[in-house]
Amino acid sequence: MGQTVPTDNELVERINNGESGLLGELISRYDDKVFNLAFRMMGNREDAEDVLQDTFLNVVKSLGRFQGRSSFSTWLYRVAANAALTRLRKQSKRAKSEDEFLDDVYSVKRAAQAGIKIPDWSGNPVRELLSDEAMQQMNKAIEDMPEIYRAVFVLRDVEELSTAEVAEIMDLSEAAVKSRLHRARLYLRNSLSDYFFERGAA
Amino acid sequence: MDCNEMFESLSEFIDEDLSEKTCSEIESHMAGCTNCRIVVNTLRKTVTLYHSMPREQLSGAARLRLHRVIKIETSEGSDEGS
Repeated sequence: MGQTVPTDNELVERINNGESGLLGELISRYDDKVFNLAFRMMGNREDAEDVLQDTFLNVVKSLGRFQGRSSFSTWLYRVAANAALTRLRKQSKRAKSEDEFLDDVYSVKRAAQAGIKIPDWSGNPVRELLSDEAMQQMNKAIEDMPEIYRAVFVLRDVEELSTAEVAEIMDLSEAAVKSRLHRARLYLRNSLSDYFFERGAA
Repeated sequence: MDCNEMFESLSEFIDEDLSEKTCSEIESHMAGCTNCRIVVNTLRKTVTLYHSMPREQLSGAARLRLHRVIKIETSEGSDEGS
């Protein structure tokens, strides 16, 4: 008889009942996901590794309180997002203020209203646009956003979680997730637009 | 619907998260407004580009460090408990 692979919740239950050797298995299921989330939020590998460790140390500490009301992955993302936000707040470095950010977000609207032609680079194939330099620019643009926008964008558009999941993870209403996601996307669009326009792709 | 009205709904539009009625209002506005069309298309492309970025891989060394740290933490925990 083949053994079935335990679900996340079964693993958690067994760990909580004393089989701490299974922690490694639980971690292996999610370490890549948490690392990618942490990297996109922090912008570099070193800080991302710190966030990864903070996340799983917090998991070890609070796993006994995991009730299984949400899925384990949602709960874990919440721990990871909080670990990243905590480190970002300690750094207090170079993200834009909310006012500056919103000013940038709505610059395209002002330009459109003033009748300025918006550069169009949308017809270029993804593989041509996605150069190493462009990806560096894309990561930097995430780092320039205030933390909350960063977190919502990365969870929704990079990790591809649902609006409902992101709302649960971030303690926000779904409407607040949607409006933050929209602003983040507009900001990143503007940043990419400037970058591609300068390089003649638009 | 004018540019201003549709501006706040563009993400929901590209996520196909709007009623059919609102969608067709946006589509008919876009048909006659070049700038709005460009904003929608470049916004959609922005999301596609971020989706398409290769994921960052955890290095083998970092993975080992993580497992070691967790192992130390859990064995300390069980010492305290005994």
